[in-house]
Amino acid sequence: MLYRENGQFKTSYAADQQIFPILQDRWAIALLLVVAFVVMPMVGSEYFFRAILIPFLILSLAALGLNILVGYCGQISLGTGAFMAVGAYAAYNFMVRIDGMPLIAAMLLGGLCATIIGVLFGIPSLRIKGLYLAVATLAAQFFTDWAFLRINWFTNYSTSGSVSVGNLSVFGIPIDSPVSKYLFCLVVVCVFALLAKNLVRSAIGRQWMAIRDMDVAAAVIGIRPVYAKLTAFAVSSFIVGVAGVLWAFVYLGAWEPAAFSIDRSFQLLFMVIIGGLGSISGAFLGAAFMVLLPIVLDQLPHWLGIPMSTATIAHLVHIIFGALIVFFLIVEPHGLAKLWSVGKQKLRLWPFPH
Amino acid sequence: MERKFGEVILDLQNISLRFGGVKALTDISFNVREHEIRAIIGPNGAGKSSMLNVINGVYHPQEGQILFRGQQRQKMEPHMAATQGIARTFQNIALFKGMSVLDNIMTGRNLMMNSNILQMALYWGAAQREEIAHREKVEEIIDFLEIQSVRKTPVGQLPYGLQKRVELGRALAAEPTMLLLDEPMAGMNVEEKQDMCRFILDVNDQFGTTIVLIEHDMGVVMDISDRVVVLDYGKKIGDGVPEEVRNNEDVISAYLGTSH
Repeated sequence: MLYRENGQFKTSYAADQQIFPILQDRWAIALLLVVAFVVMPMVGSEYFFRAILIPFLILSLAALGLNILVGYCGQISLGTGAFMAVGAYAAYNFMVRIDGMPLIAAMLLGGLCATIIGVLFGIPSLRIKGLYLAVATLAAQFFTDWAFLRINWFTNYSTSGSVSVGNLSVFGIPIDSPVSKYLFCLVVVCVFALLAKNLVRSAIGRQWMAIRDMDVAAAVIGIRPVYAKLTAFAVSSFIVGVAGVLWAFVYLGAWEPAAFSIDRSFQLLFMVIIGGLGSISGAFLGAAFMVLLPIVLDQLPHWLGIPMSTATIAHLVHIIFGALIVFFLIVEPHGLAKLWSVGKQKLRLWPFPH
Repeated sequence: MERKFGEVILDLQNISLRFGGVKALTDISFNVREHEIRAIIGPNGAGKSSMLNVINGVYHPQEGQILFRGQQRQKMEPHMAATQGIARTFQNIALFKGMSVLDNIMTGRNLMMNSNILQMALYWGAAQREEIAHREKVEEIIDFLEIQSVRKTPVGQLPYGLQKRVELGRALAAEPTMLLLDEPMAGMNVEEKQDMCRFILDVNDQFGTTIVLIEHDMGVVMDISDRVVVLDYGKKIGDGVPEEVRNNEDVISAYLGTSH
């Protein structure tokens, strides 16, 4: 009954075109931001930031980037891990080789390098589609795995093959404590989520979706497939590259190429599919599902006071997690975001069926 | 009723199109004048849709010349046809299923939207003004086609007749000089056909748009078109005003068969 838009009349197109046209949604999102920015830093424990919130935020950002490519433009990619790696190693090299390189600048430059590599590996998309393209993007994955392992210049001739960064700071504020790392990630994620949302509701976003839904019709109304597909690759790999920088610098601190293996690409693709293709909130829901649910399942017997050995729990987590993936995909193949919007639609009419 | 036709806007000369050994179109010539409604008719497989695909650059004929507004073109991509002012609808609806009615029609105006990707990312200033200005135009089209109530509905959920209407809207959004309609009334009931005829005549009348139309409903074709070209097995067998075509021996035999 509370979730009603009755009486909320729009008198301008600007008001009708805002991201959250319904008043209650604006309140909800404001509340969420207050919780994330103010309440969390006050109540969260170190473990909570380090093991749950930070990886959740960074993987959300990577999933957001991938969703632009897969969900909005319809180009399947299995090279996400590679583009994250390019971002991370490029930013590392900028930090190591240029004195006094600010973190934000290194992060954006890392993103730009990922963009270049992303566009390069996006070129096959002009000729091949669907699953064949997915296989072609695997090339990016194998190439970067090889390059960062074998070309020592990228790792600054580190003997172990592992590289690390320390003493991160932004505008003189050190990013060392879990809370500061969390807030830094949160700001970056919020900014990129807003930019991505703006893109997908603009002309370029409609071009991407047009190419995804019906490429012949898109070409006939004047959309150049080359431009639409390559911009999707560019924007997507930029965001994914930035997420790679955060993952390496903020979450891991020290890393080797295995941190961005094909497993990471698959994990992100699953997040996007389970969260909801072609939806910004889907990236967050998918990341939450993949990151939070195993942890919750892991802790559940403990919270409920059921005595169980850790090994049994670990097995059960795998079984239940797998079953839940299947369950959600059967209930709603379009992902959690779709489930969420259907729920909202029902709530607007509740208690009436129509 | 006296109507004014302009110059020849599209001139097709000796067009032949083959797919391997299959001859889809053989030596076809006809022209379209400004502001007229030109129908292409013919039995199934006559090459009507291929003809439209040649006009807007999806297919490239092996032989023949196409002059559009006096300019010759040999090989062109579909988006170039769009920039020259040719819009079209498809026989099997080719809407963007995942998008709302509004977004589908907005996509039709993408050629007129010039803000760069950074402006769009910020959704500020020029990009937002542009979005609002084009929204106003799109709302005019939505009013014209009487689909206000479904503007935010995903097109996949709409009934067939409305989807056809949205597709016409998307083509109109580009403000084309020439509109290619591939069976705009296929599968419609009488009321829907009447609505569609009204829209086509209004577009022709109000915006002066030249219309090339493929249609199977002979009543509709004879009623609304100014000149008709008849294809059969990829060859042209008739061309002229509706009365002429109706009395053409070849056309009658193509449609009704001949006695042997």
